[in-house]
Amino acid sequence: MLKQIRPAISLALFFTVLCGLVYPLAMTRIAHVLFPRQAAGSLITNKDGTVVGSTLIGQNFTSEKYFWGRPSATTDTDPNDSTKTIAAPYNAANSMGSNLGPTSKALVDRIQGDAEKYGATKDHPVPVDLVTTSASGLDPDISAAGAYYQVARVAKARGMTEAAVRSLVDAHVEGRLLGLIGEQHVNVLALNRALDAAHPSGN
Amino acid sequence: MTFNGILQIALFAAIILVLTRPLGGFMTRVFSGERTLIGRALGPVERAIYRLCGVDETTEQHWLTYAVALLLFNMMGALVLYALMRLQALLPFNPQGQVAVTPDLSFNTAISFVTNTNWQSYGGETTMGYLVQMAGLTVQNFMSAATGIALALALVRGFSRRGARTIGNFWVDLTRCTLYVLLPACIVMTLFFVWQGVPQNLGAYTEATTLEGAKQLIAQGPVASQLAIKMLGTNGGGFFNANSAHPFENPNALVNLVQMVAIFAIGAGLTNVFGRMVGNERQGWAILAAMGVMFLVGVGVCYWAEAQANPLLAGLPVDQAVSALSPGGNMEGKEVRFGIANTALFATITTDASCGAVIGWHDSFMPLGGLVPLVNMLLGEVIVGGVGAGLYGILLMAIIAMFVAGLMVGRTPEYIGKKLEAKEVKMTVLAILAMPLVILLFTAISSAIPLGTAGVANNGPHGFSEIFYAYASGAANNGSAFGGLSANTLWYNTTLGVTMFVGRFFIIIPALAIAGALAAKKTVPVSAGTFPTTGPLFVSLLVGVILIVGGLTYFPAVALGPVVEQLQMMAGTTY
Repeated sequence: MLKQIRPAISLALFFTVLCGLVYPLAMTRIAHVLFPRQAAGSLITNKDGTVVGSTLIGQNFTSEKYFWGRPSATTDTDPNDSTKTIAAPYNAANSMGSNLGPTSKALVDRIQGDAEKYGATKDHPVPVDLVTTSASGLDPDISAAGAYYQVARVAKARGMTEAAVRSLVDAHVEGRLLGLIGEQHVNVLALNRALDAAHPSGN
Repeated sequence: MTFNGILQIALFAAIILVLTRPLGGFMTRVFSGERTLIGRALGPVERAIYRLCGVDETTEQHWLTYAVALLLFNMMGALVLYALMRLQALLPFNPQGQVAVTPDLSFNTAISFVTNTNWQSYGGETTMGYLVQMAGLTVQNFMSAATGIALALALVRGFSRRGARTIGNFWVDLTRCTLYVLLPACIVMTLFFVWQGVPQNLGAYTEATTLEGAKQLIAQGPVASQLAIKMLGTNGGGFFNANSAHPFENPNALVNLVQMVAIFAIGAGLTNVFGRMVGNERQGWAILAAMGVMFLVGVGVCYWAEAQANPLLAGLPVDQAVSALSPGGNMEGKEVRFGIANTALFATITTDASCGAVIGWHDSFMPLGGLVPLVNMLLGEVIVGGVGAGLYGILLMAIIAMFVAGLMVGRTPEYIGKKLEAKEVKMTVLAILAMPLVILLFTAISSAIPLGTAGVANNGPHGFSEIFYAYASGAANNGSAFGGLSANTLWYNTTLGVTMFVGRFFIIIPALAIAGALAAKKTVPVSAGTFPTTGPLFVSLLVGVILIVGGLTYFPAVALGPVVEQLQMMAGTTY
């Protein structure tokens, strides 16, 4: 039995070095050479070099002239009291969901509030993804229905025709892989950037 | 439910079926020391490791020695991990300046990752620096997976050997598994993941200025290298708090499919390893068939439940119907790129196996949707199961099934040519009783004392489900959560730590004892009176035993949680 002590200690240390340092650090080097953009987080940079965000990470849009992403349940530390948290939608340094169960009154109330924000009515109900929080709180996408639902508002706020906005949405609907895998979605940040590019006066 | 959703589930099942045999063949050759391409390439490395670490690879171990080696190695792993967390503020690769992890959280996390549970009372990007993620957590992702596989091999050798004193060498099993199976596969997967958008860097978090001019801090890190072993080793501990729901940890549907396949691949392959090592592959296929039946039922129920509209929202102007343009159903806590079908499929897979990674929050599932992951864990995670753990788990259930069959016809039970006698059955029962003991005990206490109920996020029966789910997840070494529970408290960190320890080692030790006892036995020749364990009758008996054992043990607790919640939801009650 005592003979097992040396292998226990030395193998634990050996594998810590192999799997914990050599493997991830080598992967980091190789990834940096082969796929530098993805390895760094698929960042989008403006012409002046400032980082606008990541293609993969959703942003908090509140302006009428942008498409809005899904509600986000992420939080941040309260600057006034570090033991408390405050709502901070799309905080990409603290991913989380609401964890509200289906019978939660807080969930029903929140969904009602968000539906009102969209001006939804019985005859013009809002697609469910627009009033439910995503799992990560950083969902970059909305459904195609969710995008088309906002066309009228965005067009009005920008003074564009609905047809023009709609055709931009058409171009940003990404289908399933091979028509089979995953779900159809619209990347909100990409769509809004295209909107700014197509209609700079909207700014 | 849509045709496409069902098609995606069928595609996943087909991929696993296709992979099972080749993977089983490869692993059998690796673990029995036969010549493989990779074995020839890395053979000198393997032998150098043995020389360096004082391993005599030619000597096999008695089951007790095997157990001692396994326990010592896991203890060392826990100590190193604990030290790294406590000292991380002083160590390099910590650009965000993460502070020392508290003692109770470090204790909980060390046990959690060593036992292949990967329960996380913390959020990765707000707690752990890169050194802890790599040299601490990633390492235990590898080691706990290799430990589980080694143990499954030991038990299989118990069946395949006759009159033997030894069941293999733990150090050799561990090293071969890591060097020839896990590490090469992870290197390929890491590069694939990075190509598809998973970050792999050591930089500080990125500060972005959003389109609307706000500041957004974007977490970074060596994500891909940890993600690969997290899935392949059925570990499930997220680099980020949102786990595989985070767009960096699962950027698209293709990556998601690869992650799901990775969870089941080794576990399914091991059923074939079992068949090959006991000399009849059909023995393995029978086990996989039993697993397959329970998997399909689980995913069917979960998908159906999640595709339903929440009746409590019926009065609101919200469109919950599925259409060509809208996912419909219960989208709370789910990502648009994965939708309903994939999220339900992932939740079923991750709890069938002891993975515990998530792409949607089980806490926000419909009552019956959340019931599926809960029940999967309560059944002992024998549906493919954790790497290694699933195989030894279901072999224990097969022993019980054959014992029951033996009682019915009044004949000494046999399985794979081994007579099952008092010692094996006692040890099996011991292993099977360990889980309900800790789950039900701690759930009952936590539901009754303020220390426990203080952590609950949802009121009513759903709150009870949060507590119940936590201990089920801990004991089954799963690690997924009804995430609303605030578990980073002294009470939950400690009791869940104990739960995970019992759920792992109180099954491993009896399983090794059984392996030793079986290996020493002679093999009984097949006769007309032998119960065939390769046909549908055996599969039905095995499924029946698993459901009855699980059902009788947990039905009252399940009724108090998800079942009551479903009835209340239909009655229009909110909490």
